[in-house]
Amino acid sequence: MAAVQKPLNPKSVVTGLAVELRNVSVFYSDYRAVANVSLPIRRNKITAFIGPSGCGKSTVLRSINRMNDLVSGARVEGEIIYNGHNLYAPHVDPVEVRRRIGMVFQKPNPFPKSIFDNVAYAPRLLGIRDRNTLMQIVERSLRQAALWDEVKSDLNKSGLALSGGQQQRLCIARAIAVEPDVILMDEPASALDPIATQRIEELMRELQEHYTIVIVTHNMQQAQRVSDYTAFFNIRKAVQNGVETRWGELVEYGETAQVFNAPRQEETADYIAGRFG
Amino acid sequence: MLVEQRISHIHEYTIGAPIQAIKSTTSDLRARPRIHERLIKLLLLLCGAISILTTIGLVAILGQESLSFFTRVSWEDSNKQIVVDLSATAVDNILKVSQSGAVIDSEVIRLDDEELRVISIEGDTITVERGYNNTEIAPHRAGIDIYTADTVSLIEFFTGTEWSPQVGKFGVLPLVNATLMTSFIAMLVAIPLGMGAAIYMSEYARPKVRAVIKPVLEILAGIPTVVFGFFALTFMTPLLRSIFGIHNVEIFNTASAGIVVGLLITPLISSMAEDALSAVPQSLREASYGLGATRLETTIKVVLPAATSGIIAAFIVAISRAIGETMIVAIAAGSGPNFTFNPFAAAETMTGHIARISGGDLSYDSIDYNSIFAIGMTLFMMTFALNMFSRRVIARFREQY
Repeated sequence: MAAVQKPLNPKSVVTGLAVELRNVSVFYSDYRAVANVSLPIRRNKITAFIGPSGCGKSTVLRSINRMNDLVSGARVEGEIIYNGHNLYAPHVDPVEVRRRIGMVFQKPNPFPKSIFDNVAYAPRLLGIRDRNTLMQIVERSLRQAALWDEVKSDLNKSGLALSGGQQQRLCIARAIAVEPDVILMDEPASALDPIATQRIEELMRELQEHYTIVIVTHNMQQAQRVSDYTAFFNIRKAVQNGVETRWGELVEYGETAQVFNAPRQEETADYIAGRFG
Repeated sequence: MLVEQRISHIHEYTIGAPIQAIKSTTSDLRARPRIHERLIKLLLLLCGAISILTTIGLVAILGQESLSFFTRVSWEDSNKQIVVDLSATAVDNILKVSQSGAVIDSEVIRLDDEELRVISIEGDTITVERGYNNTEIAPHRAGIDIYTADTVSLIEFFTGTEWSPQVGKFGVLPLVNATLMTSFIAMLVAIPLGMGAAIYMSEYARPKVRAVIKPVLEILAGIPTVVFGFFALTFMTPLLRSIFGIHNVEIFNTASAGIVVGLLITPLISSMAEDALSAVPQSLREASYGLGATRLETTIKVVLPAATSGIIAAFIVAISRAIGETMIVAIAAGSGPNFTFNPFAAAETMTGHIARISGGDLSYDSIDYNSIFAIGMTLFMMTFALNMFSRRVIARFREQY
């Protein structure tokens, strides 16, 4: 397990980085989807990934908790440092990684089980069987996800009986039930209406106290409202032997206010102004 | 008309001559006669109707023939005699009978060729209605035997443990028991094998591997069952005999037949269950992996529960197939009803019995002829009940996603 290994770089722990990407490239078989991304993810901050479709922001996000391993042929080069360990070192078990770095998906995907069983899913995987302990975890997680008051009387109801926004908060509660360090959110509000979106955004601000959050979003206002740091990705094209290849690259990273108000790159300015993408 | 004007106006702007087909679609907004479409609709309806009508016809014939089995009257000598002469008049309706012989418990009795309906019995005096069933009222002399009408009761049929129609034993249990045993053994083999294969294909195998395995498994389901039957007799039975001892395992036995029926229905389960597992949305698997679940945990805790209804449907189809399977059990399970729970003993199943009886020279309206319809009806009821049951189970356990 990762915890017994000597940290490779204790410096990143003290510098307040939850995760650090160093020269990360993601490949699908021979196709390079994302090239050379280096990026810090600061502890207890919200980092937003923005960029046009196909720029690789979701791919990068999914490489942080090794979800890309599930795609056959996917491969990551470079290093992703978490707690001083390279997540892609040979001895690292992706299952362990995902317990520390949780994920919330674009479309709410509660299990077709009761609300209680949804939240208790991950704690049970860790071997917690005691009903009282589970109940405490479920209540705490649902409270943190701002869903407790709405569902406390019918925890046995199916998670699918909830509204879309509630389902997404249930998914967040499910992700934080095992108290991960980092929560990755892949466009968590894109399938929701504006009011539900607002609740999720408020929730993210509350969760920030305990967790490091990385969010992929198409919605630039959302990135502006909710994030502390913003990373802008864009598509690069090249023609080689008459064949056009495309891949994603990190264009700019900085504090959200700086990226939106005083972008260093012209590309960033164009994207933010809505001139493409 | 306004519409026509507008459309012709459009035509002025089309380049070159308007294509005739386009013109005909736009010139008039009324529906064109679509005879072929109505014809096809009718044809499709006919397809559905034919299969439904066939089913109804099948059930009707089964019902009718098994009804004649249960209402069929056989006369039995009660060994009781009348002790006083009876004249050929309807008013002479009190019988004095002997003490000896069996108790008269049937509603109709027979003296010579005349049938008499029993109205009341008091000791050795029986009050009757003469000339029942339009039989001729005739004189009867003292000392002749009283015959009682015997029909196969449903209770006898379903609780009797001996089946030999020639001597009037009509207990269907030995046949049902053998069928249940082969089916149970078959499911014991097919559920683990089929589910294992299904889970492997859906959760573990790479798409290329699955693309090979699935069709190969389905080919297995296409092998003629008579081949499976000989496989049971010439391979499985010797194998069982070498494992469990030649004296413990009979040449024909339900274990061998059951195992091979299990192999036959394994592809059915694996194929249908694999469909059910694959239909579980990828997003649920991702959610589980994202929470730090392993592949096995995801399969057991998320994918299988979400696919329960489809998996149970697969089991039900498979068990119906196992119950109805004929050739393998006819060859390998034994010929001769035998009420036993020993899987290594020969026992004839319902289907095997029907196949054997109807294969020989079977005369129409004989007791054997009627009996196979009664067995067939029982078989049908069993699979029908299973189907109904499965619908309930599916509705109950459904984890909708």
